[in-house]
Amino acid sequence: MRVPVKWLSEYVDIALPLPELARRLTMAGLEVGEIITSGGDWEGVSIAQVVEVAKHPKADRLVLATVELGGGERQTVVCGAPNVAAGQKVAFAREGVTVIDGRTGKPTALRRAVIRGVESVGMICSEKELGLSDYHEGIVVLPEDAAVGAPLASYLGDSVLDFDLRPNRPDALSVVGVAREVGALTGQPVREPSIEYAEAGPPIKGRVTVEVPARDLCPRYCAALIEGIRTGPSPVWMQERLTAAGLRLINNVVDITNYVMLEMGQPLHAFDFKKLRGGKIVVRRGRPGERLALLDGSQKELPPDVLVIADAEVAVAVAGVMGGADSEVDDKTTTVLLESANFNAASIRRTSQALKVRTDASNRFEKGLSRELPKLAACRAVKLMVELCGAKAAQGIVDVYPGREKEVRITVTQERLRRVLGVDLPVSRVRQVLGSLGFSCRHVPPDRYVVRVPHWRTDVRIPDDVAEEVARIVGYDELPMTQLRGEVPAAERQPRRELRERARDVLAAAGMQEVVTYSLTDRETLAKVLDPEDMAIYPPLRIANPMSREQEYLRTTLRADLLETLASGLRVEPGVVALFETSRVYLPREDDLPQEVESVCGVLSGVKPDRWGQPQGEAVGFFDAKGIIERLLAGLEVNATFEEGHDFAYLPGHTAAVTVGDGRAGLVGQVHPRVAAGFDIDQDVFMFELNLEALLPHVPDLPRYQPVARFPSVEQDLAVTVDESLPAARVQEAIEGSPLVRRARLFDVYTGPPVPPGKKSLAFSVSFQSPGHTLTDAEVEEERRRIVQRLERELGATLRG
Amino acid sequence: MPSLLEELKEIEVAARSQLAEARDDAALEEWRIAYLGRRGRLTLVLRALASLPLEERRKVGAEANRLKEALGAALAQRQAQLEEARLTAVMERGRLDVTLPGRPRAQGRLHPVTQTLRDVLHCFESMGFQVVEGPEVEWDRYNFEALRIPRDHPARDMWATLWVDYEKDGERSMLLRTHTSPNQVRYMEGHQPPIRIVVPGRVYRFEATDPIHDWMHTQVEGLAVDEGISMADLKGTLAEFVRRIFGADRKMFFHCDYFPFTEPSMGLLIDCVVCNGEGRLRDGQGCSTCKETGWIEVLGSGMVHPEILANVGYDAERYTGFAWGMGIERIAMLRYGVEDVRLFYQNDLRLLEQF
Ligand SMILES: [Zn+2]
Repeated sequence: MRVPVKWLSEYVDIALPLPELARRLTMAGLEVGEIITSGGDWEGVSIAQVVEVAKHPKADRLVLATVELGGGERQTVVCGAPNVAAGQKVAFAREGVTVIDGRTGKPTALRRAVIRGVESVGMICSEKELGLSDYHEGIVVLPEDAAVGAPLASYLGDSVLDFDLRPNRPDALSVVGVAREVGALTGQPVREPSIEYAEAGPPIKGRVTVEVPARDLCPRYCAALIEGIRTGPSPVWMQERLTAAGLRLINNVVDITNYVMLEMGQPLHAFDFKKLRGGKIVVRRGRPGERLALLDGSQKELPPDVLVIADAEVAVAVAGVMGGADSEVDDKTTTVLLESANFNAASIRRTSQALKVRTDASNRFEKGLSRELPKLAACRAVKLMVELCGAKAAQGIVDVYPGREKEVRITVTQERLRRVLGVDLPVSRVRQVLGSLGFSCRHVPPDRYVVRVPHWRTDVRIPDDVAEEVARIVGYDELPMTQLRGEVPAAERQPRRELRERARDVLAAAGMQEVVTYSLTDRETLAKVLDPEDMAIYPPLRIANPMSREQEYLRTTLRADLLETLASGLRVEPGVVALFETSRVYLPREDDLPQEVESVCGVLSGVKPDRWGQPQGEAVGFFDAKGIIERLLAGLEVNATFEEGHDFAYLPGHTAAVTVGDGRAGLVGQVHPRVAAGFDIDQDVFMFELNLEALLPHVPDLPRYQPVARFPSVEQDLAVTVDESLPAARVQEAIEGSPLVRRARLFDVYTGPPVPPGKKSLAFSVSFQSPGHTLTDAEVEEERRRIVQRLERELGATLRG
Repeated sequence: MPSLLEELKEIEVAARSQLAEARDDAALEEWRIAYLGRRGRLTLVLRALASLPLEERRKVGAEANRLKEALGAALAQRQAQLEEARLTAVMERGRLDVTLPGRPRAQGRLHPVTQTLRDVLHCFESMGFQVVEGPEVEWDRYNFEALRIPRDHPARDMWATLWVDYEKDGERSMLLRTHTSPNQVRYMEGHQPPIRIVVPGRVYRFEATDPIHDWMHTQVEGLAVDEGISMADLKGTLAEFVRRIFGADRKMFFHCDYFPFTEPSMGLLIDCVVCNGEGRLRDGQGCSTCKETGWIEVLGSGMVHPEILANVGYDAERYTGFAWGMGIERIAMLRYGVEDVRLFYQNDLRLLEQF
């Protein structure tokens, strides 16, 4: 909403510099996004009146001019302009204000100066100094009606306040609405536009009939008739205002409807009366298959339930959205039927969205307008048509008002205001603020206010709305600041979140870089990393209105985004790239929100650094990835086992499944080269994935303390030969199964002579220990023999050497 | 024959000069044996004492004992000197160029948005707020309707929505949450006052991207409900947040705003951290961070609408509350001077490794 300041000042005096006014309006909830100025913003330049001109004691060409700045403030300046005279309204720049230097033409801040022995503070400006033109031979003399003390910009030049309004204030989508706010904020009275006109024509009764069968969607419909119209361009002043407000010019009739819409906030529509069949307006729902050619040239099939304005036969307008081309006012129009109505907000919004047509009218109607407004706005528009189009107004206005409502009254207590705002405002202040906004406010001692809401404030309905009205005019910066007192609620554990954050810390500490990637992707990308069967079990959820094809599906895995990010990382980093993400994946569920699974995915690839950090060490391998996931699991206090695993995206024989408890919790392994190639990566990539949800039941609240062993341990090496295909973990488990073995550590794996082909040698460092006593050599020997027997029996192992 | 006293003098001179020549442990030992050993020269003198007359024995004896102690001390000193010299030599031989780089260790880092989010959450946790989380894929009911934004409400335009392709009774009802506010209702449904929570998480908008808008971003919702909570508490809480995250020097501008689920509603701006609220940079260029206004919107907030409290079964006369929602990427941009929000999720390593 663009509000030209000159137009605004027709209804309220603007007593503040524009930036300050904009700040106050913004604080009060009418956000001024921008102040658009033409001719300069003239900050600090205001209108003054010359009250006295005296001779300069030492210079013939100079005079001493005393100006009145408003509020009794006076200033005497040395002035060299030949045309300065007492009584003139002039543009006065105070000390410190930036004006264009008359000689150099550059912006300069005005400084206090002593001119020929006389001190001079400020300046009466020429056109050049104001940046209006190059004229510098005399001062600018303003017309008589310029208000002393007002900012020059509010009078001269064109400043436009560009508002970013919130949808709760349709009343502020009008110049008068903004004027009311300005009045309340600055203590200035508001001048409402005149709605009086002479009814010189014959009565409307009997010539126009209005029927409203769709009462639920049309609470009020006013129709006025204006005859003897001469269409043509609207007057220049109106054109200037409409253009400054950003509207297109059509003709005087349509311009007037737009003008009154901008002025009062009520959309209007003008029909060429002679094009309406039967002199009749019917406000009804559209009929199946009904079509309409709109003013913008489009043809629309009307959606079901749409509210239309029809004549005796067919629809002539989509109510509240756009008029039809067939009943348009054109240069042959002489009689206008003016519509000023109130429509159901939700219905207008539905229609506008269904037709994909948004207009200044629908934008206002959908927010819920005052039902009192149509009559006032109709009168205003008729008055302007009478005055500006040489027309005669018919006697009377047809006013069908099935939705008349009682005036809204709200009882609010001083106690509630205090509770909500945290401050006790004096009764007089509350009443003054509400009064300035057009509310009437009766104080019922000791504690109550009965507040009557003005018709245009359709957004104020409950006591807390009244609290906001008071607070926003008093100013939010005036409210006190306090800290929360009272009880701090008991905390509940958030295990999922704690686990995820710990995972982040552990992985970063392990040297991995965290990345964050988007949750939406496309199907083809998912298909690059997922088994078609898995895709069928968990088909990714589709976005119904995606912004692009690349962001059409909710991801069911993090793999693809990590590999994509890895690929771009490898292009800039010559060494190792190790990335991880902890985010959710979205697994669909029948008729329910998807399951959002907290997941971790890490990828790494590249050549490790040598002593000097050069990427000339060995390449990252499977056991680097496994080392990280082991560290992660240890950091999360989770016991996991690894066994050979298989997955679409991983290279068989180079992949382990991670089992926690009884369930699969993740994978670690080499990304299948075919999958890596899909991301343009032609080197070995290793990846791990963990489902944090699967770990959750196995995470202890706190680590459990184990007493430190009191008796010494005995270390012995144990080397066995087993089948090459036997997982080392099986052997280790068997050794650690002994009650006297605290730990067995694998320290060598060897194949080749003298180990027979098809076999491998595994060497363990075994730590024997008893919690109850110091082991004797004999006990250790005995236990060692038992272990070897078991290995031979169960795993076909033979003791080596 | 020289007197024993003279001999002692001569021994001292010889011993001291020889000791000064000793360069290693072997020489020192040789010296010790020569003078202080069982057959050493001084020992021999001491043995010879017995044959002297009492008067002389006392005189020479005293002198001989002094000399024995002095030579012992000289030996210890010489040993220390040599040890010192040896260590110095070792250090000299093995002197390191300490300016050589250390052995490389892999350096991991958290994403800048994660770091900022943690700082923000930590700030509120220290004020007694608890961190909880909620779903990113939401029902229309929680994202809009329970927040007083029914279908066909114009305020829906404030949250351009990405809808999931799922319809129930001919209407789309599942969406990507457009804000973290659904968690206000979700949490209140399961808890009684007093409540103090912050809810972080991803939110999504159907929105063209530009340097300050991305279609996915991270929000933190705050909610406090109790008896006696007012807008003054809201202002105080948010001011404390600004002080801790942006420093004590920031100016704040509280203004009236509109959200259907808060009443009164309030926005908070701070003066631009890039241009210090001037709207222009030092070189006179317009400041793009604040679009030359000098101010930056940090969050939206307000008092929880009494209807929402009543709808979850609270006594809206007795309890009041406040809520806010803030964008974390925006805060990260301001803290780190990142000028385009989209850079965060492009994950360029050259950017990420700076945090
Ligand atoms: Zn700035």
